Amino acid sequence: MPRSAHRRPAAGRLRGARGLAGWLFVLPALAFYAVFVLRPIALTLQYSLYDWDGIGPSTWVGAANYGKVFTDPDLFDSLVNAFKLIVFFSAIPVVLGLAIAATIRRIAASRLALVARTVLFLPQVIPLVAAGIAWSWLLASTGVINQLLSLVGLGGVTRAWLGDFATALPAVGMIGAWVLLGLCTLLLLAGMSKIDPALYEAARLDGAGPWREFVSITVPSLRQEIAVCVTVTVIAALASFDIIYIATQGGPGNTTMVPGLQIFYLAFSEREVGTASALAVVLMVLVIACALPIQWFAKDGNK
Amino acid sequence: MITARREAWTGRLLLIVLMAVTLLPFLSLFVTALHPSGTYPAGLAWPGDPQWGNFLRAFEAANMGALLWSSVLIVLGVVPISILLGTMAGFAIGHLRVIGARVVFLLFVLGLTLPFEGVITPLYYQVRDMGLLNTRWAIILPLIGLFMPFSVFWMRAHFVNMPAELSESARMDGANVWQLFRRIHVPLAMPAISSLGILLFLWTWNQFLLAIVLVDDPAKRTMSGALGAFQGQWGTDIPLLCAGSLLILTPTLVIFLIFQRHFVKALLQGSLKG
Repeated sequence: MPRSAHRRPAAGRLRGARGLAGWLFVLPALAFYAVFVLRPIALTLQYSLYDWDGIGPSTWVGAANYGKVFTDPDLFDSLVNAFKLIVFFSAIPVVLGLAIAATIRRIAASRLALVARTVLFLPQVIPLVAAGIAWSWLLASTGVINQLLSLVGLGGVTRAWLGDFATALPAVGMIGAWVLLGLCTLLLLAGMSKIDPALYEAARLDGAGPWREFVSITVPSLRQEIAVCVTVTVIAALASFDIIYIATQGGPGNTTMVPGLQIFYLAFSEREVGTASALAVVLMVLVIACALPIQWFAKDGNK
Repeated sequence: MITARREAWTGRLLLIVLMAVTLLPFLSLFVTALHPSGTYPAGLAWPGDPQWGNFLRAFEAANMGALLWSSVLIVLGVVPISILLGTMAGFAIGHLRVIGARVVFLLFVLGLTLPFEGVITPLYYQVRDMGLLNTRWAIILPLIGLFMPFSVFWMRAHFVNMPAELSESARMDGANVWQLFRRIHVPLAMPAISSLGILLFLWTWNQFLLAIVLVDDPAKRTMSGALGAFQGQWGTDIPLLCAGSLLILTPTLVIFLIFQRHFVKALLQGSLKG
């Protein structure tokens, strides 16, 4: 494709539009972005260096708030929890999604698969808050999950999954996995449909089984789609808020506290704006620090 | 061939299990919503006497009419303006290549992965100082700003592939930059614009954090934010809460089912590009 030909600036008669006239098109978007995103980012940085209750005068404390984020067990644990959630929000949907997509690849054009496309997208369309409410009820002590467990003879392990110190975080993680599994499966399936079928035929002729096919053809061809799934789901885990706010409010104890919720509590209930802002800065940096390497990984594969 | 057929059957079975898992929460909400209000139904059990009236009661208790209207107003405030500003900026950066386009684009890309929690604290004080707290503008204006990185990124990706010759000939005919944009490029960008519109609609309608922080009155929030308040108020009445949740997710569900093909396409493209 002669894409490079389109990449050069619209030269010649368009030259006049590259200056003031063109900038008039950018300015409105830039203004909204500056006022409601860039300025707040700068202010978060500024707040993070002060001790402020949101009302009275503020005192300069330097990096003390950052020290607190990494030494106060409550704050630090929220960061640790966010990383634990990656296992559920990211690893499960991507690995399971790959396995499912590879299995249903051959029937991707069937009517059942078309219906499935719609159904699997439902969790992406509904508010996360609704997902949180539905799952809180499913995971309750008299909920469907326990009913199913008793049915298969596992009545011994039933409990209030979201209220138990040991299971609350995995339970919240499973809600996230439910939300993201469909999206990952369909993204990966769409990627698989672009793989040249001749590759699979050749592998079959060489006597390769389904597993060999999966490892040598499917996964390497899906590098970019996998990177996208990982990026989207990792960000969803680190920045999770809605589901946890509804399902556990960070409890029991602090077992499901995540940075997003902690920032909300610190800033608007405990009135520790400085600490909240320091945690917010750490969260923003973490998200970028996780997203960038994944992008580079995907780009390298395309060269 | 036998392996192929066996694989197809495994695939079908797996697909059905997956769909069942996806639908289970909805089914549970629905069945529970039909139980007598105030009871604690155990698991999935069809009630002896289905209480269809629970939906009506939840509709009234949650003041659903006002909530719907509020969400519609917020969407109407956010989506058209975000599309217009994002398309204009994407056009100037991707097609006109304004001087400094690279730098501005990078500045926007910087905000692509921004978690809203990162800026919610200063946004609160900023919106308060603007005197907009507890109005719908408190959700609308920040959301437009927060959606700019994605909108610009999305539209630029479209405009970058538009051939320069297209504009050159239009300019030769004496069209100014605005006419060029309005008459030639916007019509050609319609597929990209409608996908963007679908994504922005979903993200606005389901926005929770901004709604609970910046607006106290549930009747002035998004549907999602109102559901949070509804849970606080009716959290102990499980059947009513389930009925309310179902009602609140119905509008997106209906719109999704009507435009499902566009939605699926937009969501898949959206995550690929984002």
